[in-house]
This record gives sequence, structure tokens and C-alpha cells, in this order.
Amino acid sequence: MDQHYPLFYVFHFYLFGVIAIASALAFVTRKSPVAAALWLVNTMFALAALYVMLDADFIAAMQVLVYAGAIMVVFLFVVMLLNLGHPSEIPDARGKWWKLAAAIVGLALLSMVMTISRTRLPESLVMPRDFSVTQAAKYNAVGTIARPLFNEYLLAFELTSVLLLVAIAGAVVLGRGRESNAR
Amino acid sequence: MLAESLAISAVLFTIGVVGVLVHRNAIIIFMCVELMLTAVNLTFVAFSRFYGATGQVFVVFVMTVSAAEAAVGLAIIIAIFRHRQTVNLSDINLMKG
Repeated sequence: MDQHYPLFYVFHFYLFGVIAIASALAFVTRKSPVAAALWLVNTMFALAALYVMLDADFIAAMQVLVYAGAIMVVFLFVVMLLNLGHPSEIPDARGKWWKLAAAIVGLALLSMVMTISRTRLPESLVMPRDFSVTQAAKYNAVGTIARPLFNEYLLAFELTSVLLLVAIAGAVVLGRGRESNAR
Repeated sequence: MLAESLAISAVLFTIGVVGVLVHRNAIIIFMCVELMLTAVNLTFVAFSRFYGATGQVFVVFVMTVSAAEAAVGLAIIIAIFRHRQTVNLSDINLMKG
């Protein structure tokens, strides 16, 4: 993968990567759910920028719409519905040793994942350098995804609709509560 | 840029795992799971840049699953809150040995 990238590209790639990681760290250290959700939205936007730089324009748009738009709004909606916006005053019963253990587990996991991601994949699989550009020029940004989605993965796509139906039904049944069952 | 993307993805995934271990608020733990799913999405997109566009199809599927998971999971959290008046996982210990 010894492609040469312009400095402008590399600088912005690292910039958005640092923004994503910094917002994720800010997210995970917040006590208040609302602040955590807003930092997570920031992470999602930085990741969408990375997707654009990796030539996945449609996925970036979906990332902003679905994750930053829909899913995080649902989270904030539940936080405000249950009135959980203030950080909980109950201290963690597990003490500080648990946090140390979590940090050690995190470092071990990080080293493992980093090692795995350094595996060299066979060069014969690598697409030609201008592959994604020609692909996007031939079919546009949506067609690049739509073609495999509606040909090879049509069955999986149709099964997705069943999954969504089950999720909707499950959410309605779980959220309805006991009072309305009585009637 | 493949190695950098995978490194960013690994760091984000680890932050998500540590968040699940450290936090006691069910909603924040849930958001950490979403962060882990997004980190995996970044891996898919990075590989699709170099190994063909199929990886982006899987990102679509992961997004669908995480949307369904958010809907059902938050409904479960609301149901738990209705019973116990809390989302602190230390207080939800009915099945603790």
C-alpha cells in the first residue's frame, strides 16, 4: 500500500482522526448522559469526514443522518423522557481497583487489535489505485453500493426488513407498559 | 491510509470497551456499544477503499442492526426504569448470585 498521498490529504486525515479520538475520550469521561451524547455526535461527524476521505460519500451521508441524526436523538429523547440529565450522585460501589482493571483490559485489547490490524493481506486482492474513482464515475456514489446490495446481497437486504419489523414490534411491546395491558 | 484508519478504528473500539467496563449508567453503556459499532464501520470503509466496494454494503447492514438495537435497547431501559426507578446498573441486581 505504498501509494503517495498529498500532504493536504494526509494532514486532514490525521486532523479528523485526532478529533474523533479526542471526542471519544471526552465522551467516555463524562458523567452526564447529555454531555456524553453530544460528544458522541462530534465523534460521529469526524468519522463521517473520514468516510468522505476514504471515498465513501454515501456512507458518510448515512452516518450523519442515521447515527448523528436519528440514533442520538433517540438517546437524548430517552434521557429527557426519564429525566436522567443530571449525573448520578450514587458512587460506584466497585471502587477504584475496577477502573484500574478496566484500563489494563483496555490496553491489552488495544495491543491485540493493533497487532491483528498489522496483518498483511495478499497484494492480489488490492484493487487498482484509481478503482474507487472510476467506480464512482461509472455508477455514482449511490450506485457503487446499490449494485452489490441489490444483486449479491438481495436476500440479506430483504431479511433486514424483517429485522426492522421485529425491532419496531419489540419496542412497542416493551415500551407500552403494564397499565395499558389491563384494558 | 489503511494502517491509519485501522489504528483509529482500534482506538475507538477500545475506548468503547473501556467505557462499557467503567460506567454504571445504562444509557452511557449503550452509547459505548454504539461507538464500538461505528469503529467497526470505519474498518469496513477503510478496507472497501482498497479491496472493492462490497465493504460499504456491510456498513449499511451494521447501521440497520444498530438502529434496531437502539430502538429495542432503549425500550428495555424504559421498561426497567418503570420498574426500578433507576438506570444505575449497580441497583439492578435481581439475578446477582
